[in-house]
Amino acid sequence: MTSRIDNKRCLKMYEQMLTIRRFEEKAIELFEHNLIRGNIHPCIGQEAVSVGACSPLRRDDFMVNTHRGHGNCIAKGADLKLMMAELFGKSTGYCKGKGGSMHIADFEGGNLGANGIVGGGLPIAVGAGIGIQNRGTDQVAVCFFGDGATNQGTFHESLNLAALWKLPVIFVCENNLYGLSTPVRESISVVNISDRAMAYGIPGMSIDGNDIIAMHTKMTEAVDRARAGEGPTLLDCITYRFFGHFTGDPGKGITYRSKEEMGQWLERCPIKRFRERLIKEKRITEKTEKTMEADVKASIEEAVQFAKESPLPLPEEALQDLFH
Amino acid sequence: MTERMISCSAAICEALTEEMARDEAIFIIGEDLVAHGGIFGQFRGLPERFPGRLIDTPISESCIVGAGLGAALTGMRPLVDMHFADFVTCAMDEIVNQTAKIRYMFGGQVKVPLVIWAPDGAGLSAAAHHSQSLESWFVHTPGLKVVVPSEPADVKGLLKAAIRDDDPVIFFQHKKLFAREGPVPEGEHIVPLGKAAVKRPGGSVTILTYGSGFYMSMEAANELAGMGIEAEVIDLRTLKPLDFGTIADSIKKTNRAVVVHEACLSGGFGAEVSARINSELFDYLDAPVLRVAAKDVPIPFSPRLENFVLPKAEDVISAVRQVVYR
Amino acid sequence: MKSSVSTREMRRLYRTMVTIRKFETLAGELFAAGKIPGFIHLSIGQEASSTGVCSVLRPDDYIATTHRGHGHVIAKGGDLKKMIAELIGRKTGYCKGKGGSMHIADFSLGILGANGVVGGGFPIIIGAGLSIKLRHTDQVAVCFFGDGASNRGTFHEAMNMASIWKLPILFVCENNCYASTTPTAYACSVNNIATRAAGYNFPGVTVDGNDLLAVREAAGRAVDRARRGEGPTLLENKTYRRRGHFEGDPQKYRTQAEVAEWEKNDPLLRFASVLKKKKLLTGEMEKEIREQVDCELKEAVAFAEQSEWPNPEDALEDMFVNP
Ligand SMILES: Cc1ncc(C[n+]2csc(CCOP(=O)(O)OP(=O)(O)O)c2C)c(N)n1
Ligand SMILES: Cc1ncc(C[n+]2csc(CCOP(=O)(O)OP(=O)(O)O)c2C)c(N)n1
Ligand SMILES: [Mg+2]
Ligand SMILES: [Mg+2]
Repeated sequence: MTSRIDNKRCLKMYEQMLTIRRFEEKAIELFEHNLIRGNIHPCIGQEAVSVGACSPLRRDDFMVNTHRGHGNCIAKGADLKLMMAELFGKSTGYCKGKGGSMHIADFEGGNLGANGIVGGGLPIAVGAGIGIQNRGTDQVAVCFFGDGATNQGTFHESLNLAALWKLPVIFVCENNLYGLSTPVRESISVVNISDRAMAYGIPGMSIDGNDIIAMHTKMTEAVDRARAGEGPTLLDCITYRFFGHFTGDPGKGITYRSKEEMGQWLERCPIKRFRERLIKEKRITEKTEKTMEADVKASIEEAVQFAKESPLPLPEEALQDLFH
Repeated sequence: MTERMISCSAAICEALTEEMARDEAIFIIGEDLVAHGGIFGQFRGLPERFPGRLIDTPISESCIVGAGLGAALTGMRPLVDMHFADFVTCAMDEIVNQTAKIRYMFGGQVKVPLVIWAPDGAGLSAAAHHSQSLESWFVHTPGLKVVVPSEPADVKGLLKAAIRDDDPVIFFQHKKLFAREGPVPEGEHIVPLGKAAVKRPGGSVTILTYGSGFYMSMEAANELAGMGIEAEVIDLRTLKPLDFGTIADSIKKTNRAVVVHEACLSGGFGAEVSARINSELFDYLDAPVLRVAAKDVPIPFSPRLENFVLPKAEDVISAVRQVVYR
Repeated sequence: MKSSVSTREMRRLYRTMVTIRKFETLAGELFAAGKIPGFIHLSIGQEASSTGVCSVLRPDDYIATTHRGHGHVIAKGGDLKKMIAELIGRKTGYCKGKGGSMHIADFSLGILGANGVVGGGFPIIIGAGLSIKLRHTDQVAVCFFGDGASNRGTFHEAMNMASIWKLPILFVCENNCYASTTPTAYACSVNNIATRAAGYNFPGVTVDGNDLLAVREAAGRAVDRARRGEGPTLLENKTYRRRGHFEGDPQKYRTQAEVAEWEKNDPLLRFASVLKKKKLLTGEMEKEIREQVDCELKEAVAFAEQSEWPNPEDALEDMFVNP
């Protein structure tokens, strides 16, 4: 299966996954050292979804993100320096320190922004899809959202409109089995979130979201469909967050998840799985891997350095940027 | 009644424990209540004590509030937990068009004993979607009672009163104040809705405030005392119905008023209070009514920006000095 | 189910449909005569849906209705006098003149109210269903809504919640082919709204909404299921709104021919012919029913018109139990 994807792309995807993992680890560490304020919702464990969903995208495609959005930003090509600076609340950050972890946007890179409101992004993705359709380009819009967000009214309104108007939107559910402390089986009336696609007459699919190749393949199909004007797809990407809901979640979510369950999912680590596959298929050498690890580490260090050295915004800047 | 020092969180819990034990019709509905006793631990112990009466929901704010409303119309007394006050936006129709209007629109046929509990406020670097103070929207919505307590004893007493009230009450509580401690009476302690409290007597100026503004104002008042300015601090506690009598009594004595709140300035509750003072107490005023409030921008993330936007004790001091001309 | 309907019950059902039809016709006339302020939405052509569904309900069951709700209120046992009085804004109306056509409620009959907000009833019915569950009774709650409302987010949230908690709710979509000027097919991504139940893992049923007995049978099954604690059902009654969206609607979005076609599919005529075939209804009886209903409505109008207007200051009352 991997063989259909060329080497360069495989390694690129692997490196991105690694970057996300290390970025998140670093962010948590910095949070614990009080260098990052507020809270972070780490996506450790979900890297294959971010990377697999973004790898078939072009820079001019749009992406709408969630509170657990660092991975998606990175996969969409964000600059680690500007991301880190934003987490630090510095004036050089993506949002000049006004947004923080939960509100990173990069309009030049097609990243229409993360959202503090669960389900807040779906209607925005529909809007992006309408824009594409009106302009007649072959761009697509990818909408990330969690399993929890599929219970919001905005999900329904958005899927209905996207289906009705055959908008080039791919709805990517990062189904990590929990919405905060609430398990999917207690909050969602269908077995598979992809079953909900039936209610709109669009294709829906549940995917092993920790299998980067499956992610990449299914996403490519959905993107092709969207570019061809055949309308939206709902992808239910089943994954797991290794960390808690956020940096304040006791014991990485142990109050609502069993040790056994967490242990089983660690075994299914998307990075570990991809690495084993790459090694088995002799696509990666020990040397390449080492270099890659070092490069990733360096780029993150560089980002941290940049963030640390950047100036804080001036207090009065709080009054800027409200209106054009 | 004995008083102990307990936190605002403990006060919520105590009020609910007592009320839920008293009345089986009371239940709590919202997101993520059971696993941690609420995301701020504000309901800790309640899920074990009252099994089945804290109901975890999917993330569906319209239906969460609607579920509270429908249950209130059919014999229950729900408390809806909004998770964060910011998410009222996802349930505005249920709050503003349905809950607030149902009794009136249907000619007084039915009562709506519903409490919407909403943790609000900034100061935690939680950025624009998790930091707002939205009370004035609901003051502007006839049919709702609006409560914003500051001290733990009021939290307990007002929450009990709100639960017992047969009308819909939206109850805002500042997230940053959950850990704040104060003396709270044990057992039956009710603070009636619609009653303000003079929390610090003084003759030089009246400071009208609520929620987090109260602590800011007390801090300012203590400093002002050092300058020989004795501020009377009134904690409004309930914004609707408003206890204008207590306000008037104070202003007739001090002839000056400053309104302090964390919500942003334009269209804030300060504007309403100020307008009423102007129309009803104009002859008693020796200075214009001033307002201390957040600046008119969304709450930014970076601590330095956030701090700049929010009002502070020093702003209260300078407003007071302006109205006492010193 | 069909066979279990007694003769008396059959005639009663027919009479309810006639009452709704005549009530709506009368409301249209009163509106045209300038006696009803504001605007009204009539349910002419949809009588089988309201009548069929409510015929399987008990007085203590709940309904939430819509802007097009007169029929539901009548079928649930609403008082015609108080209804007309409300439509013309009098003190004796259901809501003392504060509600009007779009906001009629009768809590003593389990009518939790009509709604001016499309899709506004869904969250409320969830609360009613939850309350039934918490109180351990065997009541059911019915939510009437239009095809247009099925595109609102509240529909989705409610369907999901009703399903995960197995609430005793019947969702009744009255698919009358239009939401204001918008054809159902233009706004709904699926052909049958009942298909949407698949997104929530409970039964969705589409029936000929102009066939009273078909509606009644499907609703009966769903209500039994709900009472047994087996959870919600989505029932889609395919019907047609024969009047404008509101009285005065220029109706440029459809042809007269289309309306005429549906007139042939009249739910009253269809049910009358079923009854006549079974020899349960004679021309004589039909006439009698019509006369009785006319008489009742005449009384209702007289009552309403003789009723006092509310005092202006009454506008300030009824907001709070404890002001
Ligand atoms: C409208 C709204 N309701 C509630 C919340 C609080 N909240 C933040 S994240 C979250 C859980 C979201 O779950 P899911 O969509 O599955 O995303 P995940 O966190 O699992 O990535 C909740 C309840 C919110 N931010 N916005
Ligand atoms: C939230 C909301 N949006 C729009 C309207 C305006 N409006 C009133 S009725 C209506 C059409 C409703 O269509 P449907 O649900 O099919 O009911 P029908 O009128 O056909 O019975 C619209 C758009 C409204 N009242 N509320
Ligand atoms: Mg999740
Ligand atoms: Mg319709």
